[in-house]
Amino acid sequence: MADFGGSDLDAFRTEARDWIEANFPKSLKGKGSMMMREERSEPTPDMDAWRKAMGEKGWGVPTWPAQYGGGGLTPAEGRIIQQELGRVGAYNPIGGMGVMMFGPTLLEYGTEAQKQQHIPAIVKGELQWCQGFSEPGAGSDLASLQTRAEDKGDHYIVNGQKIWTSGAQWAQWCFCLVRTDTTKKHEGISFVLFPMDVPGVEVRPIPLIAGNSPFCETFLTDVRVEKDQVVGPVNGGWTVAKRLLQHERSGLSGAGGGGGFGGRSLVKLAKDYVGADEAGRLADTDLRTRVIMNEIDGRAFQLTAMRAMAESKSNSGPSAATSIMKNAGTRWMQDRAELTIELMGHQGLGWEGDDFTPEELGAVRSWLGGKATTIYGGSQEVQNNIISKRILGLPDPK
Amino acid sequence: MAVLNEEQTMLRDAAKSWVQEKSPVTAFRKMRDSGVELGYDANAWNEMAEMGWAGVIIPEEYGGSDFGYLSMGLILEETGRTLTASPLLTSALASASALVLGGSDAQKSEWLPKIAGGEVVGALAIDEGAHHAPAKVALKAEKAGAGYKLSGSKSFVLEGMAAGLLIVSARTSGKPGDTDGITLFLVAGDAKGVSRKRLHLADSRGAANITFDGVEVGADAVLGEVDKGHALLEKTLDRARAGLCAEMLGSAVQAFEVTLDYLKVRVQFGQVIGSFQALQHRAAKMFTDLELARSAVEAALQAIDADTPDVPELVSLAKAKMGDVFHLVSNEMVQMHGGIGMTDAHDAGFYMKRARAAEAAFGNQGYHRDRYARIQGY
Repeated sequence: MADFGGSDLDAFRTEARDWIEANFPKSLKGKGSMMMREERSEPTPDMDAWRKAMGEKGWGVPTWPAQYGGGGLTPAEGRIIQQELGRVGAYNPIGGMGVMMFGPTLLEYGTEAQKQQHIPAIVKGELQWCQGFSEPGAGSDLASLQTRAEDKGDHYIVNGQKIWTSGAQWAQWCFCLVRTDTTKKHEGISFVLFPMDVPGVEVRPIPLIAGNSPFCETFLTDVRVEKDQVVGPVNGGWTVAKRLLQHERSGLSGAGGGGGFGGRSLVKLAKDYVGADEAGRLADTDLRTRVIMNEIDGRAFQLTAMRAMAESKSNSGPSAATSIMKNAGTRWMQDRAELTIELMGHQGLGWEGDDFTPEELGAVRSWLGGKATTIYGGSQEVQNNIISKRILGLPDPK
Repeated sequence: MAVLNEEQTMLRDAAKSWVQEKSPVTAFRKMRDSGVELGYDANAWNEMAEMGWAGVIIPEEYGGSDFGYLSMGLILEETGRTLTASPLLTSALASASALVLGGSDAQKSEWLPKIAGGEVVGALAIDEGAHHAPAKVALKAEKAGAGYKLSGSKSFVLEGMAAGLLIVSARTSGKPGDTDGITLFLVAGDAKGVSRKRLHLADSRGAANITFDGVEVGADAVLGEVDKGHALLEKTLDRARAGLCAEMLGSAVQAFEVTLDYLKVRVQFGQVIGSFQALQHRAAKMFTDLELARSAVEAALQAIDADTPDVPELVSLAKAKMGDVFHLVSNEMVQMHGGIGMTDAHDAGFYMKRARAAEAAFGNQGYHRDRYARIQGY
């Protein structure tokens, strides 16, 4: 890594601090994590201004190349921006699937024209992308997907159905896996891009057990896709998709972000709801043991995230620890959500109404919504298959 | 694996190649079969000391190299892989720590060079029952002339048979269970009134029960302050626990790798059993848990080197997590090997026996989960 000497970084820190000070609207202080949780709300003028400022500066994606509007900074400088944002309670307004998954993949596999067309809008946070991967018959076995793209000379005509398309109802563009060769499985898949407002795209939100609809069914009927919107080689989309899924997993494990659903600590909640004995120990000894084990697991997970980061910074190649992050992180967060509603008792089962605090209502939704984390982005079982085969070298059955 | 400096990498590589060449599991088996009273191979220990391993945490002025605890952990991880029995943990890490942390100049000058050279084996004589309980001290130290007279007994003293120096926790005031009123004493192993009885434990290491029958020591035998020994003992124990965790990590990783190799060669139903998803997912779970435990163990050792205030909680985190993971992996080692894993001729049993002994030493998982929570205020 091309790291700067200490004094250059110090100078950069001052620059970052001054710029954030001058541009971050004070009214938004500490609002970051709250906004992430809300499904969709109209941005205030301050929010718009902050997004525009960060977008113009390219600091929402500090290490992306400057030629497409990114920050063009080193990883060390990128971390400084993160630290300086955190220091004043500011959040990064540039996010979503474009930043987390699609952008990095396009930078690696896209043509120059594709990068020129799509990256700047992601950098500026101007449009949303959605992911057309899963189908009703292609979940964990994603490569069995059936959505068909027919070659019409200068374009393709796509027909099929996608499901679990996150944020499709709000997205302006879709990155999508389609079958361009029906005689092969993995080698018959292409990675294509199309705008969501072209004729033939129909989106239906799916109500989930947590009462929200973050995912959609997306029906594609004779959708026209231009040939210059294929990322990577025709029939070579699986390689591109796998790379994108790696970005998705590192984002979902919690290693990339804060992890967990914020709020009060489990211990504090347990003391409030269950009480403590005269020595300050949680009164319910069975619950106490399980809270301890969850706290220990969470701490070990965080230490592993730090270790993986230190290892990757030291140029010793990617850490084996990264392969375990999704399962370890999601297992810990699901246990934590279960413990939270358990220690709240019936108060932790409130669905709506003023008999329950917002925290209690949030706990129920987090518990239910969190069940998806071991299903999407490569289910827990798929992760275990990946560890078994790629890391441990165990063979496929005959 | 933590990011290592050049020194540490060399030390780790040296340990790895010595262990493979000179101390494979067959050496442990030979030691066990010989029934040697010490519970370790004295020649192997001499070689380890000659390489400087007994002085890794000891300051240079006392004959050590002062490389620190992560460095010592790297060696212990390697020796743990093959279950190498030696006084490295109890003498070179735990006893040396007590002296470095609490010893007077005279005490350090007298004992540390000998420990660093491997000439004297130090041991912690602290527990008095089947469960680790550092405050439950009944062994009495009464004023006798200018010094003290020690009466009582200590149980499950690791390397108790080999010890030429005993670091003894004694009660100088209060009652068993009180943290105040505990004083640490340095007692020569050959002092009059010290008698020991070898304990034959499942892991074949050198443990002993030691009786102190009116053992007289001078006032200069007090390590640290009178009545205030508990804090020094806990600091010492945290170092011993972290070192033991590193050894357990090595043993657990080796147990896992041996099992994984077996899954790739054992054929049943016409295919290697490692192709069965039921076993693959259990292997993936073990791998995941081992990675998590490694992070906790290395963080504890690094915290000790950096002398940060979170040492006690990180050590308890590591011991609780590492204990659970070694427990799981050693059980799976036997189960996944099937019948052959039940035979004495196979090494799997050694790992399972060692796992339980190591779990119990210096506080088991239950002990450290409770301690972790108490430190965090719940």
